[in-house]
Amino acid sequence: MTGHDHDHHHDHDHSELSETELRVRALETILTEKGYVDPAALDAIIQAYETKIGPHNGAQVVAKAWSDPAFKAALLADASKAVSTLGHVSRVGDHLVAVENTPQRHNMVVCTLCSCYPWEMLGLPPVWYKAAPYRSRAVKDPRGVLADFGVSLPKETEIRVWDSTAETRFLVLPMRPAGTDGWSEQQLADLVTRDSMIGTGFPKTPGAPS
Amino acid sequence: MEAAAANATKAVPSIPRDTDGPVFREPWEAHAFAMALALHGRGLFTWNEWAAALADEIKRAQAAGDPDTGETYYRHWLATLEGLIAAKGVASPETQHRYRDAWDHAADRTPHGLPIELRPEDFAG
Repeated sequence: MTGHDHDHHHDHDHSELSETELRVRALETILTEKGYVDPAALDAIIQAYETKIGPHNGAQVVAKAWSDPAFKAALLADASKAVSTLGHVSRVGDHLVAVENTPQRHNMVVCTLCSCYPWEMLGLPPVWYKAAPYRSRAVKDPRGVLADFGVSLPKETEIRVWDSTAETRFLVLPMRPAGTDGWSEQQLADLVTRDSMIGTGFPKTPGAPS
Repeated sequence: MEAAAANATKAVPSIPRDTDGPVFREPWEAHAFAMALALHGRGLFTWNEWAAALADEIKRAQAAGDPDTGETYYRHWLATLEGLIAAKGVASPETQHRYRDAWDHAADRTPHGLPIELRPEDFAG
């Protein structure tokens, strides 16, 4: 382990955890092993704050794409480049691909939950992402998985499942909700949920309670 | 749990927050917050005790040149957690270090793109 470089560079050979992340994981393991904390209880606390963690750049990116056709075209052509023009510095920046939902096609992302999960863009991953059955079932029966999330799509709509890898991460660009003509980017960003950016939900409906 | 968090923010007024409650810059910060909440729930310390230990930690860091911009808040929080876990006899600094090194080892051997999991062999040398 000596001589190893622990800078925060993006390394393709193995995983990286920052010094701080190592200390946090160490404490979690110790406290769990000694019975001081229940991992499920920790998860529950963290999930309760999932909308309060990180900059949530993704919602702003989606809102801008809805408002600015030139940005949308740039985003779909090269998401990494387009996002970097917004000044967002993030680990995800290098390998980002945006996929657009249309009436003809719905996109959904599955992910290996590696140490580079793009939480800066999407917010925290949902708990069920960690469940092995989700991943395999999402590939075999995406329509069934979506139905479980309360997402029903017309039969004609094709569903594409994207497998997030070490090399590529996906951002789903959901369809802009009706009834939002003239809305500011900030108003629009408030409608964009994490689930809508991974394809297991829709953006919030204007006027519905949040 | 919301009541527990509300007690924490009341007893530790410096916790970064918006109108709804605590906010976090990075996921690890939420993990550190959750651990303190859970340990308080187990009665390992009172919030008064926690607030005093955290204040000491912040004072120490400022004396050592911490920029005190708020961005380092949860670093002090984590150090407080480590200190109290040692002081209360849950795990010594040496044990904490051994686990930290094991996680480092686990990250090193985990190919990029896979979830990092701790295994017994990560503790070997």
